[in-house]
Amino acid sequence: MFLKEYIKDVYNGVTSLLKGMRKTGYYFFHTKEIITEQYPDNRDTLKLAERFRGEVVMLHDENNEHACTGCTACELACPNGTIKVITKFDMTPEGKKKKAVDTFIYHLELCTMCNLCVEACPTGAISMAQNFEHSVYDRNKLTKRLNKPGSKVREGVE
Amino acid sequence: MYTQTEVIKDTTASGSEGELVINMGPQHPATHGVLHLVITLNGETIKKIEPHLGYIHRSIEKMTESLTYRQFTYVTSRMDYLSAHINNLACAMTVEKAMQIEVPERAQVIRVLMNELTRIASHELWIGAMAMDLGAFTPFFYAFREREMITEIMEDSCGARLTMNYMVPGGVMYDIHPDFQKKVKAFVQQFKDKVTEYEDLVTNNVIFQSRTKGVGYLSKEDAISYGCSGPVARASGVSCDIRKIYPYEVYGKVEFDEVLDTAGDSFARYLVRVKEMNQSIRIIEQLIDNIPEGDFQAKTKAVLKPPKGEFYTRVETARGELGVYLVSEGGTTPYRIKYRSPGFSNLSALDHMARGSKIGDLMATMGTLDLVIPDIDR
Repeated sequence: MFLKEYIKDVYNGVTSLLKGMRKTGYYFFHTKEIITEQYPDNRDTLKLAERFRGEVVMLHDENNEHACTGCTACELACPNGTIKVITKFDMTPEGKKKKAVDTFIYHLELCTMCNLCVEACPTGAISMAQNFEHSVYDRNKLTKRLNKPGSKVREGVE
Repeated sequence: MYTQTEVIKDTTASGSEGELVINMGPQHPATHGVLHLVITLNGETIKKIEPHLGYIHRSIEKMTESLTYRQFTYVTSRMDYLSAHINNLACAMTVEKAMQIEVPERAQVIRVLMNELTRIASHELWIGAMAMDLGAFTPFFYAFREREMITEIMEDSCGARLTMNYMVPGGVMYDIHPDFQKKVKAFVQQFKDKVTEYEDLVTNNVIFQSRTKGVGYLSKEDAISYGCSGPVARASGVSCDIRKIYPYEVYGKVEFDEVLDTAGDSFARYLVRVKEMNQSIRIIEQLIDNIPEGDFQAKTKAVLKPPKGEFYTRVETARGELGVYLVSEGGTTPYRIKYRSPGFSNLSALDHMARGSKIGDLMATMGTLDLVIPDIDR
């Protein structure tokens, strides 16, 4: 009786091992079915999803103009204090005071890419970029100014 | 809960004649996170297991009290990161329940589809990780091949692979990607073709079977009294699927079976999860061609202010029942949030399940509990 059980165990063990090895053999000869990302080598051809959230950027057009009015809606929407908008008052041609963005500070090191600031923006001034390689040697480089120097608000954006 | 000094005292005190106290974790490859187990051994037999928590406590519940109702959903992705979608959904549903927001039909269907994809992704990762705990390395790669397809679908539609923040109060953040249906159908086909590989490699493997069958037994009564939920309780015969008992979103309209087993051992828990993946595929197949047209988000006010009161919702995550208890004072931030996480209750049964068994079997018991430590600790 014991011998019978023993032989059965050995038989089952060998067959299940062979079944597994058959799969291994199959993929050994069907190399096209193996999917491996050749990541650092395919950096030039790497295509990320268009909605991928890598970092917050402010969109500037060719005239160095953006759509940020300095309303600080993004600052209020951010859960971790990643965004700090410093505003100033511009004089309009009619002589009125108008609120505008002076410096748009973005702390990449605090950002969790939750997209709530982009959702909150009423003018579509900021969006998410696909860049994901953020490592730098100095922590201070992660604090960024998003509005380019000398840029101003696009005409007609309220 | 012990303080640090008490631990040291305790370990020396309980190390009486013939007993050995070992610390498993917090840095241990098999605990998949910073779980610390103080195990009292007699030879190779486990006398007592004491989990020590607090190594990844980020006080998410307290943090939530200073976040607005739009902001607090994203933090829950960091609790049970493998079912991030489902955690976000539970929070979004609580706010919707409090404010009586009607979610459009399209958003509901998208939510259910995403939930089921998340559930499959979570179970795929679990199969790979558990097989690796038991010494089988290859299933990990096969499981990740299918899981990669899901994360790509998530990346297309939600913009992130793991912490999506896609469910927002009122619906979903964006509409689905134009390629969504095509990619999901491709995934369903791939999954159906390749699920037999798991059967060959894992289910029918003699070594795997003899390491899990009869190991870590949990009876039906114990599963109830320890508050276990999800596949752990269902493997012991407790019918506890929230999707069936209290249907939310469109779960009441789709056909699927609640997977039950009565064996209550590690192998039963394994089988329940594998069968659950097939049921998730069934739900996806029913819904993928029937996504109704319409809005993907209900119109909500810019600042959400739920009325004064207490609200509770529960959902079925990949690990079990997640409850969100919200106390609102009528302001812009919650007064109190309490999460009833499935991992914490499931872990509490570990001592009972492993007592008297050999230390080698602890890996199988722990592996099939599917512990995600940030979910236990929050």
